Amino acid sequence: MQWLRKNLVVIAGLLTLAYLILPNVVVMAFSFNKPNGRFNYAWQQFSLDAWKDPCGVADMCESLTLSLQLAAWATAGAVVLGTMIAFALVRYRFRARGAINSLIFLPMAMPEVVMAASLLTLFLNMGAELGFWTVLIAHIMFCLSFVVTAVKARVMSMDPRLEEAARDLYAGPVQTFLRVTLPIAAPGIAAGALLAFALSFDDFIITNFNAGSTVTFPMFVWGSAQRGTPVQINVIGTAMFVIAVLVVVAGQIVSNRRRKTATA
Amino acid sequence: MSTTLVKETPPIEEPVLRKLSTRRRLVPYWLLLPGIVWLLVFFALPMVYQASTSVQTGSLEQGFEVTWHFATYWDAFQEYWPQFVRSLLYAGTATLLCLLLGYPLAYLIAFKAGRWRNLLLVLVIAPFFTSFLIRTLAWKTILADDSLVVDALNTLHVLDVTSWLGWTEGDRVLATPMAVVAGLTYNFLPFMILPLYTSLERIDGRLHEAAQDLYASPATTFRKVTFPLSMPGVVSGTLLTFIPASGDYVNAELLGSTDTKMVGNVIQSQFLRVLDYPTAAALSFILMAVVLLMVTVYIRRAGTEDLV
Amino acid sequence: MTDKTAHTGNTGGGDVRLSGISKTYGSFTAVHPLDLTIPQGSFFALLGASGCGKTTTLRMIAGLEDPTTGTVFLGDRDVTDLPPYKRPVNTVFQSYALFPHMDIFENIAFGLRRRGIKSVKPQVDEMIELVQLGEHAHKKPHQLSGGQQQRVAVARALINHPQVLLLDEPLGALDLKLRRQMQLELKRIQTEVGITFVHVTHDQEEAMTMADQVAVMNGGRVEQLGAPADLYENPQTTFVANFLGTSNLIEAEVVETGGDVLVTAGGGKLRVPGERCTSAVRAGGKVLVGVRPEKISLTHADDADEIAAGRNRVTGRIADSSFIGVSTQYVVNSPAGAELQVYEQNIERDSRLVPGTEVVLHWNPAHTFGLDAAQSLLAGTVGDAGAETVEDAA
Repeated sequence: MQWLRKNLVVIAGLLTLAYLILPNVVVMAFSFNKPNGRFNYAWQQFSLDAWKDPCGVADMCESLTLSLQLAAWATAGAVVLGTMIAFALVRYRFRARGAINSLIFLPMAMPEVVMAASLLTLFLNMGAELGFWTVLIAHIMFCLSFVVTAVKARVMSMDPRLEEAARDLYAGPVQTFLRVTLPIAAPGIAAGALLAFALSFDDFIITNFNAGSTVTFPMFVWGSAQRGTPVQINVIGTAMFVIAVLVVVAGQIVSNRRRKTATA
Repeated sequence: MSTTLVKETPPIEEPVLRKLSTRRRLVPYWLLLPGIVWLLVFFALPMVYQASTSVQTGSLEQGFEVTWHFATYWDAFQEYWPQFVRSLLYAGTATLLCLLLGYPLAYLIAFKAGRWRNLLLVLVIAPFFTSFLIRTLAWKTILADDSLVVDALNTLHVLDVTSWLGWTEGDRVLATPMAVVAGLTYNFLPFMILPLYTSLERIDGRLHEAAQDLYASPATTFRKVTFPLSMPGVVSGTLLTFIPASGDYVNAELLGSTDTKMVGNVIQSQFLRVLDYPTAAALSFILMAVVLLMVTVYIRRAGTEDLV
Repeated sequence: MTDKTAHTGNTGGGDVRLSGISKTYGSFTAVHPLDLTIPQGSFFALLGASGCGKTTTLRMIAGLEDPTTGTVFLGDRDVTDLPPYKRPVNTVFQSYALFPHMDIFENIAFGLRRRGIKSVKPQVDEMIELVQLGEHAHKKPHQLSGGQQQRVAVARALINHPQVLLLDEPLGALDLKLRRQMQLELKRIQTEVGITFVHVTHDQEEAMTMADQVAVMNGGRVEQLGAPADLYENPQTTFVANFLGTSNLIEAEVVETGGDVLVTAGGGKLRVPGERCTSAVRAGGKVLVGVRPEKISLTHADDADEIAAGRNRVTGRIADSSFIGVSTQYVVNSPAGAELQVYEQNIERDSRLVPGTEVVLHWNPAHTFGLDAAQSLLAGTVGDAGAETVEDAA
């Protein structure tokens, strides 16, 4: 009883963790399923079929490629625009700062469906053709605020004396930015980029409204929930999970080793 | 001042005031311009279009026209108020559950994990790497009628209680409010845990020792020191959970039934299937207004204005 | 002096001359218009509490701050409008500002590379040896101790052979023992390279140990400028008297002027050399009489007869005494002034001198100075509001 009271937080925390991880375990397990019928919701028997032929479902891998392209472009756009805004916010004084801060905060404080619907009314009114470009525009828009927030945090914690030191040591404005400011802000920009990529790649609601007949990977999954879920969806989900975790772990190990050799 | 090389110069008659060159003063505006224009055109302007669409009348064939038909709002609200109430109720419940479930885990990672800290953090973030739609579909398996989870809940007579409360129906969990709330909670839990962890991690461990040194029991320490200091995390966590949950329609669609439709479902089907744009725009506008109002009041009361 | 390329000579250049420079931020004046000449090759300290304008002055020399009015000359050359990267001036920043993403070698090579010098290695290696960081060349700044980081910051600036080296509280982040060591080392380097050093500090001991010339700043103005000993012995204002070491300041009334000024305070008569009075004195006027605690001798009231004639005397009662090791510090209350400080060397301690004892304070009148009575007695002391105004606007 004493033990239980002492470890209550640990037990509760681990239960929450189990709740978070459980669906991933199910996704992984069911990537080895051989379902009866169109839906992959009940366990039938072990099979490697889907893993042997991940692109065996019509249009799935095309949608995946499209989503990756979309995420890459959206990230690039949001990072460039967002980094510029973040620098302006931290490093300069200007008018209407409050209004600009609100404009950046609001997209994050808005239910996605509202942004999705209002953007659709804009595109409908302008007579724009829904597709890749409308989705890209939308993704850059909602990723922008997150990039600004991530970069701003990093730039704010940056010692302004570093840039002064660079200028003092004969680096002009351009050199100062390239050699000192940018490398030091890089972790913030990278964090913003990673977040933007993840948000764009996994976005469903805004894409659902503005994609027209373009099918991104989340759109494909959504459609398959109606038509029938191929096992290959689980294969993709599992593969992405495993690759990402491996990258994170490898990154940890490399940075640990670098730290060790550096201090040795 | 005998030994000095210094003397105060008398006030200069016409001081040569140096001003920043115009070019340098314009730098921030050039930096802001593209991003801000993007947000104005693709975030702010659509709000205007949406507002205008909501007071239009007409049909898809004949086209829509602004007729200042405010009745759409009233009609939409009358017809869909149950979905509205449901949205706020589900989102609120999910937020509360996220806080209750997320706090122990954030606390565990911040203070008790030791060398496991990084691993636990990775495990919290890792689910993100699988598309959330796929993970939400997995709940269909987990909550299926004869699954382990549902069997266990049945054996423990939990479902009897929840059925009596109207959260589940008979032996079923899927296609009930409980399934939708469980899905919402699951989907937005990391958005609660990460801000909580960030603000907990900043707390100086010596504060706990100081509180205990000053006769506070562990429970009092938590109530008087830890929790108040984690308020910024609580505020941003609850916002990051409640806002997206209130507009979500994925969980209600995949895990619920026609009786668990939320306002997001209505907006989606009005816009994309029924093509009744004015009603959809009006609903979306009401949702936006309600959420912004709640968020503003909440931030004011919680006293953390600086969230960005 | 007419050298426009500015990077070639390591001793050429001449004096730093500030002419009427001032800096205002909105309605706040950080530096009032001031003229200042820093002789070539000198070790010059700007001393003052935070917010006194010393860092702003330094930054205007560096080009990091545009003066609101006035001109900065290096030798005969007006550099006021030159950006920092075009000035032959380098800075050792407060808390060093070493580039965290570069190793020590690249930090030191930074200035050379920016000036387009191709083969930097010999120079950088030489510099790294000079500051004794040979084995650390390929470490990142955060892997070095505070003292080592400080040396990197100095090396990074000095390798450019600037005409003037600016040091902004360079030792502020070090602990006391290391600070003393680095003071000597910086002084040694300055003597070796012969470059003008301008050193900003709030530590009066540091300024006095290192600098040939000290400018004491207060409220955006230079209060007094001179060699350390001169400033200490002949403070011209109460601020300088209190900020540099400790002073006993006694309000007195002038009785008689002449070669020596005769004043009365608390019923006793004191003598002040006329040339050590900063303001014009006239009979019947007021003056602040000052004397340093270590100049004062303390004698038990019973032995008052043994005191030599011609010394200034003040009677009082010991309120407190503390044993410091090399000396004993007494606080004495007297009719002339409350809480007078006396430092007695522990050579022959008089065991009767305990709190409550009646004593006579006496000193050579030559050590007395007279200050304008129209100033605050407390200017420059620890609790003085004027000494702790806003942080340096930088």
